Amino acid sequence: MPPAKNSARNAERPAKPSSTPTAGRKQYFRRRKVCKFCDEKIDVIDYKDVKTIQQFVSERGKILPRRLTGTCSPHQRLLTLAIKRARNIAFLPFAAEL
Amino acid sequence: MRKYEIIFVIRPDAPEEEVDKIVHQMEGVVSGTGGRVERVDRMGRRKLAYRVRRHREGIYVLFVLEGGGETVKEFERRLKVTDAVIKYLTVRIDEEEKRAAKLKALRAEEAARRPKGKAAAAPSAEVLPAKE
Repeated sequence: MPPAKNSARNAERPAKPSSTPTAGRKQYFRRRKVCKFCDEKIDVIDYKDVKTIQQFVSERGKILPRRLTGTCSPHQRLLTLAIKRARNIAFLPFAAEL
Repeated sequence: MRKYEIIFVIRPDAPEEEVDKIVHQMEGVVSGTGGRVERVDRMGRRKLAYRVRRHREGIYVLFVLEGGGETVKEFERRLKVTDAVIKYLTVRIDEEEKRAAKLKALRAEEAARRPKGKAAAAPSAEVLPAKE
């Protein structure tokens, strides 16, 4: 397991009060957990909008899971479709070399 | 009538006139099969995310059109036989647009019901679960 992945996952989880009883709630950095598309009220995820979509793929070109990005499930489904379309027309890579 | 979005990529070494010719030809295909071109967007030269027929970039052209299956069938057939076109993608968009319009109307209704507006409604929803 790469350590970066673990820390990202932990940062996203809500605080367990028992783990840091004295530190309080504001100690750790809490990642934004709301869905970007719900927040910005985006109904249609366009496959041509590479800038937006690119935030949701990994460096290697893989689709990032919801647990890392906080996207809600209806939007994740739309996003997946948009990413696949974008790959088809060479806006995004199927597999990016590092 | 359905609404489609057809995007295709032309070889980067194609001269400007050839792009014009293809676009013009495709417009003819649409009108010839009983469709209607709503918008043609030349997105221009872009880098490809991966190599397509050994090319690293391509000239993107986007057609937004209304028509039936016949129009799309003929459009795609023409793209296939045109050598300068290296890739294309057809997406039906009328249902997506309908869904988006519905959601937008719903949201407008919601905002009308709560005259304080979206700005006041959003934070209050977030505060409540945090307190528990």
